[in-house]
Amino acid sequence: MTADFAALAYLGASILFIMALRGLSSPRMARRGNIYGIAGMAIAVATTLAEPGVLGYDMILVALVAGGGIGTFAARRIQMAAMPQLVAAFHSLVGLAAVLVAIAAFYAPDAYGIGAPGAIKVASRIEMAIGAAIGAITFSGSIVAFAKLQELVTGAPLVFPGQHWLNLLLGLALVALGVDFAATQDTSAYLVMIALAFVLGVLLIVPIGGADMPVVVSMLNSYSGWAAAGIGFTLENTALIVTGALVGSSGAILSYIMCRAMNRSFVSVILGGFGVATATAVKAGERPVKAGSAEDAAFILKAAKTVIIIPGYGMAVAQAQHAVREMAKALAASGARVRYAIHPVAGRMPGHMNVLLAEANVPYEEVAELEDINNDFAQTDVAFVIGANDITNPAAKTDPKSPIYGMPILDVERARTVLFVKRSLAPGYAGIDNDLFYRPNTMMLFGDAKKVVEGILQAL
Amino acid sequence: METMGVDPFVFRLSIFVLAVFVGYYVVWSVTPALHTPLMAVTNAISSVIIVGALIAAGPAAWSLAKALGLLAVFLAAINIFGGFLVTQRMLDMFRRK
Repeated sequence: MTADFAALAYLGASILFIMALRGLSSPRMARRGNIYGIAGMAIAVATTLAEPGVLGYDMILVALVAGGGIGTFAARRIQMAAMPQLVAAFHSLVGLAAVLVAIAAFYAPDAYGIGAPGAIKVASRIEMAIGAAIGAITFSGSIVAFAKLQELVTGAPLVFPGQHWLNLLLGLALVALGVDFAATQDTSAYLVMIALAFVLGVLLIVPIGGADMPVVVSMLNSYSGWAAAGIGFTLENTALIVTGALVGSSGAILSYIMCRAMNRSFVSVILGGFGVATATAVKAGERPVKAGSAEDAAFILKAAKTVIIIPGYGMAVAQAQHAVREMAKALAASGARVRYAIHPVAGRMPGHMNVLLAEANVPYEEVAELEDINNDFAQTDVAFVIGANDITNPAAKTDPKSPIYGMPILDVERARTVLFVKRSLAPGYAGIDNDLFYRPNTMMLFGDAKKVVEGILQAL
Repeated sequence: METMGVDPFVFRLSIFVLAVFVGYYVVWSVTPALHTPLMAVTNAISSVIIVGALIAAGPAAWSLAKALGLLAVFLAAINIFGGFLVTQRMLDMFRRK
């Protein structure tokens, strides 16, 4: 196979990857898009396997089959509620693979046509340093994100004095070592730089709290793309460069969308510590609330003509999506119009709630995004909030001193009645009280989300 | 005329910048309901880094680079199979009435 033919094949793979993303513009087209993605990957792998330098097929086959088997197992077994963890784990693998390839390119540059050992082209040295550093940050950062999402460690932000200065110092040391490596090809500079990047990845993610995870997961998605692009420059491979650019910009856009949905700057999310300082400001329990039983809720729901369900992370934790779907079906059977309203940052990753509802066989036409449904609350009989809190807090509109002031919220308070399923009056992630609990048209349904909904279902 | 030639790096940089723009416009057209599958599939396609791993793992003789390459092939294969399959599984759940 000539180099020109291989380059054209990589171009074909790149186009298929673009079409794979394009397919996601609608659920109808998306499955075909995924097939394009698989085809693109098959072309890229087959093209590389046909290159003259690739000979040791036996061990490669073993690695492919072993990895493929684990990946298949994970993809089949994972619960939809655990999708953020799985994606974080997958990001870490891309990061680590990028580091390994960058180190391999350093020890065997002749295989990649970028020079001889000890005499690597300067441009390639810069590229492999950047690719390895971003890859290492992606790897260790994703491991921390995984541990937080899987609740192996606390999801609370870990902050300590001088944190940002330490990170800045590490960042500068990374750059200095990278420059040193580019100038001298010093092996230890390269390996120490990679080691520091692993440490920096951990330190960057520990101060960021659980509910900011949608931004973190998107950001690490973006990093894994930039790492791939960096390696693509080293290997002079257009498929990698194009894919890295696509993934990098995709993650960056998702991060931006998540930040906008919280009315926070990207920098403030990255610096972390959100929800710590304000937690003391809560005075929950001092004001009277109206609590109801499952029977009370069923009575109100039975009379409702229009119902909007607002799911949040609590629904995922309680695995209540199937019970919610059954309740919605029962209400629809008695003539009510039931829809779902999704806030962009509901859950632990972008689109998390949509996937959970899809898992429970909720047709996607019934699921609406914030801007499409927010005006309808005023004509809605019941807003049913389950496992969400901050994204419904009217303080975001009325209280300039609130930490979430300016955040777009779902206007559930405009509904005739608000049913609020919650474990207790404890504040949400932002550590602030929700005025909605004390309104006369709100009824609190205390308890585990799944049990409450099942109780309502029985009473219906 | 050789001194007039454009450095191949500049060509690759051009491709990179254009691909960032393509990515920007394509991703904005993705419906928010499919943002989780978007992350899963971008994850799968970024595993195309396997091409670099295969080249390192390619030589018949053992070396440090070959061992690192094989490990990277293994990791990327987890991602490729896992990423595409889990995307497919999610998309299969997005059904109409």
